[in-house]
Amino acid sequence: MRRNRRLAALSATVFLFLAACAKNAPQTTLKPKGDVARRIDHLINPVFLVAAVVFVLVEGLIVICLVRFRARPDSPEPEQIHGNSRLEVGWTLAPAVILLLVAIPTIKTIFDLARKPADAVNITITGHQFWWEIHYDDLGVTTANELRMPAGRPVEITLHSDDVIHSFWIPPLGGKTDVVPGRSNHMHYEADAPGTYLGQCTEFCGASHANMRARAIAMNPVDFDAWVAGQKAGPVTPPAGSLAEAGMNIFTSRGCAGCHTVEGLTAGKVGPNLTHFATRTSFAGSIFDNNDANLHTWLGDPQAVKPGNKMIIPGAKLNPDEINKLVAYLDSLH
Amino acid sequence: MAIVTPSRPEALAPADRLDTPTRFLRRPTGYTKGLWGWLTTVDHKKIGLMYMGTAFIFFMIGGFEALLLRIQLGSPDNTFLRADTYNQVFTMHGTTMIFLVIMPLSAGLANYLLPIMIGARDVAFPRLNAAGYWIFLVGGLFMYSSFLLGGAPNGGWFGYVPLSRNMPGHNIDYWVFGLQILGIASLTGAVNLIVTVINMRAPGMSLMRMPIFVWMSLVAQFLLLFAIPVITVALFLLNFDRLFSTNFFNVAAGSDPLLWQHLFWLFGHPEVYILILPAMGIVSEVLPVFTRKPLFGYQVMVFSGIAIGFMGWGVWAHHMFATGLGPVAVSAFSASTMFIAVPTGVKIFNWIATMWKGKITFSTPFLFAVGFVAMFTIGGLSGVTHGVVPADTQQTDTYYIVAHFHYVLFGGSMFGLFSGAYYWWPKFTGRLLNDRIGKVHFWLMLIGFNMTFGPFHILGLQGMPRRIYTYPAGRGWDVWNMVSTIGSFVIAASVLTFIYNIYKSRNSPLVGDDPWDARTLEWTVPSPPPEYNFKEIPLITSRDELWHRKYTEDEHGRAVRRELPEAQPVMAGTEVEPSGEAHEGPDLLGADVGHGGEGAEEHEPHIHMPSPSYWPLMVALGLPIICYGMIYKVWAVAIIGGIWTMSSIYAWALEPATAPEDTPVHGPDTAGHDVEAVPAS
Repeated sequence: MRRNRRLAALSATVFLFLAACAKNAPQTTLKPKGDVARRIDHLINPVFLVAAVVFVLVEGLIVICLVRFRARPDSPEPEQIHGNSRLEVGWTLAPAVILLLVAIPTIKTIFDLARKPADAVNITITGHQFWWEIHYDDLGVTTANELRMPAGRPVEITLHSDDVIHSFWIPPLGGKTDVVPGRSNHMHYEADAPGTYLGQCTEFCGASHANMRARAIAMNPVDFDAWVAGQKAGPVTPPAGSLAEAGMNIFTSRGCAGCHTVEGLTAGKVGPNLTHFATRTSFAGSIFDNNDANLHTWLGDPQAVKPGNKMIIPGAKLNPDEINKLVAYLDSLH
Repeated sequence: MAIVTPSRPEALAPADRLDTPTRFLRRPTGYTKGLWGWLTTVDHKKIGLMYMGTAFIFFMIGGFEALLLRIQLGSPDNTFLRADTYNQVFTMHGTTMIFLVIMPLSAGLANYLLPIMIGARDVAFPRLNAAGYWIFLVGGLFMYSSFLLGGAPNGGWFGYVPLSRNMPGHNIDYWVFGLQILGIASLTGAVNLIVTVINMRAPGMSLMRMPIFVWMSLVAQFLLLFAIPVITVALFLLNFDRLFSTNFFNVAAGSDPLLWQHLFWLFGHPEVYILILPAMGIVSEVLPVFTRKPLFGYQVMVFSGIAIGFMGWGVWAHHMFATGLGPVAVSAFSASTMFIAVPTGVKIFNWIATMWKGKITFSTPFLFAVGFVAMFTIGGLSGVTHGVVPADTQQTDTYYIVAHFHYVLFGGSMFGLFSGAYYWWPKFTGRLLNDRIGKVHFWLMLIGFNMTFGPFHILGLQGMPRRIYTYPAGRGWDVWNMVSTIGSFVIAASVLTFIYNIYKSRNSPLVGDDPWDARTLEWTVPSPPPEYNFKEIPLITSRDELWHRKYTEDEHGRAVRRELPEAQPVMAGTEVEPSGEAHEGPDLLGADVGHGGEGAEEHEPHIHMPSPSYWPLMVALGLPIICYGMIYKVWAVAIIGGIWTMSSIYAWALEPATAPEDTPVHGPDTAGHDVEAVPAS
């Protein structure tokens, strides 16, 4: 019976691993969507296989011991075996050889991935508590939380931090790299095909570490160029007398301007640049989809939904009327 | 000690004032019983029990915290815990389980067993030993007092700068000072146990005859001795930054935050082996007893333990593969990380070979020991996948790594420690824990453990980061998180089963000195052992001394019980069959079997034991006072605490090892500091 339980536990474990691959998980590392992630996948899959074989071998031997050598009423006293040098040398060397075989491709891949790819889009990502500032070095475009990239072309990312250590990670595209203040770390990603890939900060960075997420949005090169052109266009000025214009006035009078840049209007540097806010699919560290309902929630009480973030509205909370106007203004920022 | 002027020690020690009416100022003696007896004891067994009891209470607290975390993560977008509360709870869960549970459980077990296993009557520094326990206790209480004083530490057990440098409030200060206090406890324990093992072994107990648990504990103590100073330095730097605005970790002043990580993990990785080696030792003691075979490849087990201890210093940067160390450094640490799996793998195969062709009895200690081997193997294999650095950049800081270290520290260390608890319980109390309830405990724990931590592998590979207080629906994480949360309550049920077993065992019958037909010296003495452990210091003729007193081998190498009644100790000069073990060494027949230089005369019924002392407790009590004073910058309080501790240290140093009024004491059950040995019943 004990044996059956153990076998059941074993097969349950195997089942768990199989099930892992079948689930719909948009942030998974198991379905690579780009070159870096695929190299890692190709490297680790054989290792998982070797580990599975060793696992079955070891656990199998344990089960065999427990079944075959359990004390029975007629069992004689066992032979007192103190060791066996040949065997012990054997099972010292065998794992060493296996590990050597794992180490060689590992080290090769480490050096391969450390090389800067040719023809990359150069991007600087700065980690802030709790959002990402994304700047395209050669294009002069700044956005937040959403890494727009042309599909099929690598992006070379330089990582800076404004405050504490973060870690930038889009699992379907590849591994994470820490964002260390005072250092410039580098990484690169490449997406095979257009699509939205989810990621998030993976180094504990304070109260809202869980609320510091990110997206990579890979686009057809043509669409990407169009997006760049849109970002480089001047800011939108709301028509006179519109709700959006009233929102703009609230934006400048209620303190938003102190932290946020809208080109041509304000130059705050604490929070994300909002010049083309309406072109983003998400906001607030990518925890909200960009729609009016979410904007109302967020502007009503930013600390309630994202504790510890730096968006503190001076004076009284925004009233519904002010929020309506601000949302209209933000929606106009194409 | 050396500085005491021998002419007038009585003038220096307040304890000498026999006629002092207040109990507080009078020196406790061997007669002192009850609460005061426990507070002043220098008996390594009582201290060991206090360590383990305290650590078990912290285990329940840390487990309660784990349940809170699991409730919060059981479903997406849960609001059971607020963000900051969650961060405090996960920080304290990790800190508690490492520093207040596994380390002191191992320390307590080593304290209780090491002297007996090497045939000594006490540890080398009994009062230092007591100080170590009290400092551990006040350190733990100090850290937990933060919950009542504005909030518990919330920067993670790893306390990465600059976050931990910049966090407002005193939360992190409690963590820093608490760890410093606990570090003192660990260091005193390490020094004491190292000296004890090296200097106080019974005649004939050569290093290669020591029980493997003694060996593994010894290696762990050496690791502590060298690792604690590293974290101490790092904590001091952080402390100065927080209290006095120094710039050790101030990025704006040009500091590199990776300095902290290097220091922390240069401590933190040996720490992992500090946590696992004693458990490996326990398993290596338990498997032979319940298979009725000697440990397979004793020498290889010893040397692989030492190898792990050495190699453990060369792998710290594998905690930092994503920090941008560059491909050369990363490759080197990748290789060292993979190769530390070699000595670990050897141990696993040797444990299996120990069971092979044995005669296995499925008692609870054995089940937990096998559970250790089976679960630790999983943790070891996932550890190798971390060595594959490119893959580690996908795995690190996700639940995959949370799975990995829980398989090592819970499936490994805690299963080992539970094995030890069931195995040595009759030695501690004279009574067995119930085997049937123990099996319920084991199976609940094994199932609950795998339900809780198995799914973490999947969650991590599906991209769930660790240390997040919430997650959105739609990531494919909901189901496995719920399974894990249910599993955590199964573990809780298994721990309650253990407590019930302890409660029930108070009425179970006494089982005598050697209920398991075991192999090592602790089973030659009564259960529980008398204060002096051994009426006569044993003469050691072989590894597994007790086994060879009871059994010899026939021509097929099978164990055959000796004619010699087992109760009768093998005195020097009795013929002992060569047992395949080394017998070289000086003839210690009739040699003066001294007790740490304190000189118990041979075959002398009066055994000289050190007197109790309240100074270790006093020393410990001053430490949190210093820390509270410094945290709140009330310097007068800090100075008072400092004076308190320093004067206690002086009083301790000037106190004679034996209270004058404690001698001469004769007669049974006095425990006073000449003890008349009681004939074994």
